[in-house]
Amino acid sequence: MIAPNRASELPDDQRIVITGVGLTAPNGNDWASFREALLEKRSGVQPYEIRYFGETLAGICDFDTNRYQKKKEVRRGTRAGSVGVYAANEAIRHSGVDWENTDRSRVGIYVGVTEHGNVETENEIYVIKGFDYDTSCWSHHHNPRTVANNPAGEIALNMGVTGPHYTIGAACAAGNAGIIQGAQMLRLHECDLAIAGGTSESIHTFGIFASFNSQNALATHDDPAKASRPFDVDRNGIVVAEGGCLYTLERLSDAKARNAEIHGELVGYAMNTDATDFVLPNPERQAQCVQMALEKAGLQPNQIDLVSTHATGTSSGDFQECKALRTVFGDCTNTRINNTKSYIGHAMGAAGSLELAGNLLSFKDGVIHPTINVDQLDPDCAIPGLVLNEPEEGKKVDYVLNNSFGMLGINSVVIIGRV
Amino acid sequence: MTPAEIRDEILDILEDISPDEDLDSLDDEKAFRDQLELDSMDFLDIVMELRKRHRVQIPEEDYGNLASMHSTVTYLEPKMKDIVKS
Repeated sequence: MIAPNRASELPDDQRIVITGVGLTAPNGNDWASFREALLEKRSGVQPYEIRYFGETLAGICDFDTNRYQKKKEVRRGTRAGSVGVYAANEAIRHSGVDWENTDRSRVGIYVGVTEHGNVETENEIYVIKGFDYDTSCWSHHHNPRTVANNPAGEIALNMGVTGPHYTIGAACAAGNAGIIQGAQMLRLHECDLAIAGGTSESIHTFGIFASFNSQNALATHDDPAKASRPFDVDRNGIVVAEGGCLYTLERLSDAKARNAEIHGELVGYAMNTDATDFVLPNPERQAQCVQMALEKAGLQPNQIDLVSTHATGTSSGDFQECKALRTVFGDCTNTRINNTKSYIGHAMGAAGSLELAGNLLSFKDGVIHPTINVDQLDPDCAIPGLVLNEPEEGKKVDYVLNNSFGMLGINSVVIIGRV
Repeated sequence: MTPAEIRDEILDILEDISPDEDLDSLDDEKAFRDQLELDSMDFLDIVMELRKRHRVQIPEEDYGNLASMHSTVTYLEPKMKDIVKS
């Protein structure tokens, strides 16, 4: 039994549970191998080169694009679409849903994205440059590739889903936002099954590297595996990553009816806005967001066993998040705090949902994977409960709180309970 | 380009835009759509590739000439006869 939460007082058709997890991360192409990589402290960051910008580092996925897509679909679509199609199919397969007999008009697809269209626009500009900027050589595929719903739409096309599909543009809070949207639509009975989470193709746009670099926020390190180092005193920025993680979400009543294996319940969530700066986070608002999620869940801070941080490895962002966490969890003796970007970099729109997936198996294995690469903890980040460099075993985990924040001051928090 | 070279060029384009298809058994007299999974965006790809590769312009009213391999080669022959295959 786990400590009661407010969601457990709701009728079963208002309780939202995770019944499937599909993902590709820079260090794993399914839930189990991703978890294994985290427990073995295996990084997915590699040397990477992209046109105009040159040599850098990135978290790169190596999933089989043709497992669920024809070559033609891959060619016609986008990388974010392929990531989404892979993750969505994996999530449905993992859920054990009888997909052949599922009413696809009652399936909703809600995919969080940080940005979409930069990759494809850069590609077309590069192509027409070779034709002296003759726009008649601009591809007719550009518009369907760059419409904001593209990654979700490609999933719908691939899987024959005729219910609602759209993306949720929420900067780097998008992975959580996708989950929240899916849960809300299930509660409203707008769909009976939700494929929800986030995807990212951001490593394929040179602009994101160049922009972080101009902001002095792009990580560099001689050893790629050590470049992403949140909370370390020598952190020097973000490692951009691609990836995706989509969940099969269902109402508890439906999951019970088909005897589905349940991997967790969404017991609380919150989103709010800093309204203070384009890029700099606001720890007060972040703390409020965490507190709102706790309130919704009916939980006290010390009942959270594990906080999955958003920290990206930038000088100011990590410190600000730690400040927010100290406000809420400063007195907690039970709560552990970790970070998954230290392994895979920042998967942007997928970050929230991927990092949550990396931690959810702690319900079963009782292990907290550590934040790696912390050779010297920044005193400003030295908050109680940090699990650093070595995993903590034998920890009973009932509640995981997952932070995901983004530019323009967007904050999101989800709390998942063990079922 | 000779008609045979134009045919090879079209086959090369089709391999790009329809990578899942077996083109070895393509019947030149039959419509592409009756033997390949091609939609309007794919036909636009043929038009686009000819424009990019050879600066051949195909006006919209002529798209009907791209129905089969035979009709495509016949239509392109006068437009591409002075192009030297690289």
